[in-house]
Amino acid sequence: MKIIDAAHVFFDYVRRDENDNIEEVSHALSDLSLSIEKGSFVCVLGHNGSGKSTFAKLLNGLNIPREGTVLVAGMDTRQEDKLLQIRETAGMVFQNPDNQIIANVVEEDVGFGPENIGVPTEEIWRRVEASLSAVGMLAYRLKSPNRLSGGQKQRVAIAGVMAMKPACIVLDEPTAMLDPNGRKDVMRTVHELNRREGITIVHITHYMEEAVEADRIIVMDQGRPVMDGTPREIFSRVEELKALSLCVPQVTELAYELRKAGMPISQGILTREELVKELCPLLRASGHEGNTYAKRTR
Amino acid sequence: MSIRCEKLTHIYQQGTVMESYALRDISFEIQDGEFIGLIGHTGSGKSTLIQHLNGLMRPSSGTVYFNGEDIFAQGYDLRKLRGQVGLVFQYPEYQLFEETVLADVKYGPKNMGLSEQEAEERAREALELSGLQPEFYARSPFELSGGQKRRAAIAGVLAMGPQVLILDEPTAGLDPKGRDELLETVSDLHKRRHTTIILVSHSMEDVARYADRIMVLNEGNLQYFDTPRRVFRYFRELEKMGLSAPQITYLMQELRDEGIDVDPSIGTIEEAREEILSLYWSQGGPLAAGADSGTEAGRGLGESSAATGK
Repeated sequence: MKIIDAAHVFFDYVRRDENDNIEEVSHALSDLSLSIEKGSFVCVLGHNGSGKSTFAKLLNGLNIPREGTVLVAGMDTRQEDKLLQIRETAGMVFQNPDNQIIANVVEEDVGFGPENIGVPTEEIWRRVEASLSAVGMLAYRLKSPNRLSGGQKQRVAIAGVMAMKPACIVLDEPTAMLDPNGRKDVMRTVHELNRREGITIVHITHYMEEAVEADRIIVMDQGRPVMDGTPREIFSRVEELKALSLCVPQVTELAYELRKAGMPISQGILTREELVKELCPLLRASGHEGNTYAKRTR
Repeated sequence: MSIRCEKLTHIYQQGTVMESYALRDISFEIQDGEFIGLIGHTGSGKSTLIQHLNGLMRPSSGTVYFNGEDIFAQGYDLRKLRGQVGLVFQYPEYQLFEETVLADVKYGPKNMGLSEQEAEERAREALELSGLQPEFYARSPFELSGGQKRRAAIAGVLAMGPQVLILDEPTAGLDPKGRDELLETVSDLHKRRHTTIILVSHSMEDVARYADRIMVLNEGNLQYFDTPRRVFRYFRELEKMGLSAPQITYLMQELRDEGIDVDPSIGTIEEAREEILSLYWSQGGPLAAGADSGTEAGRGLGESSAATGK
């Protein structure tokens, strides 16, 4: 079942002068068509300015296409009377954790969304508790958000979206401002929500490593998808990705370099485990087991 | 010429119940022209430390010497110091404010008391170093892309002619190409101008690739200060501090655990490539791999080529 279905979408940013005359039009999305299966984990990659964020904002009606249609769980984002329902279906998490937290206490922040749409109090508390425990932040429910780390704040923001019971969460570079630990925590959290609760995840990132575990990768360029496939398929196309100002995970790049230098290594290696498994038989000294490392390093 | 910290300690909210050590007894010396990577988890004291290096923050005790002079001594010209030790904050593009890129970059040197003409010369030179194309100089900084804005902001600091350039996570939020280009620009500046660089980063891969030495802060203490290879040898300790080693170091470590003789402290793709290939060829390459019959001959061939290589 498709949860997102975008067909022939065009979206422009229009700049006007003081007299409302059009100064400049930039085509952020041009003829974008793609659909996303319910329950899948999709990563969107692309260089700065490729249209990733513009695309993300289509999915909950923050951006309305100039041409074409976007259906979210069957609802057209152009129908204003459906907008609230669409935003409950597809929740968004943005880059800067500090811009997304509004309350002085964690649990109130998480409860803000459901309260706003008139969910009964009892139910709000149930949702707050369930959401905070889903992101592993229940122990912090009475804390002030200011005292949390960046990664913890992002998890609270995700809990806030969870409390709306979305079918889909769109995350626009949620890890860009976090340290390695915060990044790991956020990634673990969204993968769990995807696996355990079956929530569709659309994750936008510049970190190639974060895309390795996705079901599918979409690469954007000039406002439309130019590559679409599994991580293994996408990360096998090293040169194409580089031409699009992207790169591949470090392990994939090393495997690619070794392959280029003549070692018989499979294409599209994604993880350390895979590379270690392929390298071992190639590097294991057949017959002589001595410590050549010591010798080679003087 | 150097930066030397001596028993630098900074206590937040000293004398209250909230008292906490941001920096504790930090001593080190950075030589002129070094490229230093500064790592540490959020809250480890990185930002506090770099703000002491150009006198934006005063220590609770201890001090900083720049070229042998105590910067916190009475009468020391901190204004001048800030031109010599340039600090690029996180997301520096939020600090752009002028009408054109050129005017923004000129602001620093003009403030230092240089004439209009000198300031403009400095600004143009800095913009060129920053890698921003001349067609953007007359534009409003707000019309530039994220990567371009960041270059303009860095040019603003370069225009002051710093001997030391401190960058606090300069690549956050940039795409992979923008990331690489910016770091190459910094590295180029380091090589061409002999500028001392202090790069604060969350990316172990980046510091492994560029830094001569890595400084690791943990809860306000200077934990390690050594070459990347020596520091990444402590990857288990780094993990306990909420850090990690580069992916490649883990890979080498895992190969080693499998009994493969590779150097486990390697941190970059280039080094790993060399290491693995040299081992592969020294064992006969494709002849030895998987083919029992060709093994002996293959290894013989590989060993002789390895011998001539060393």
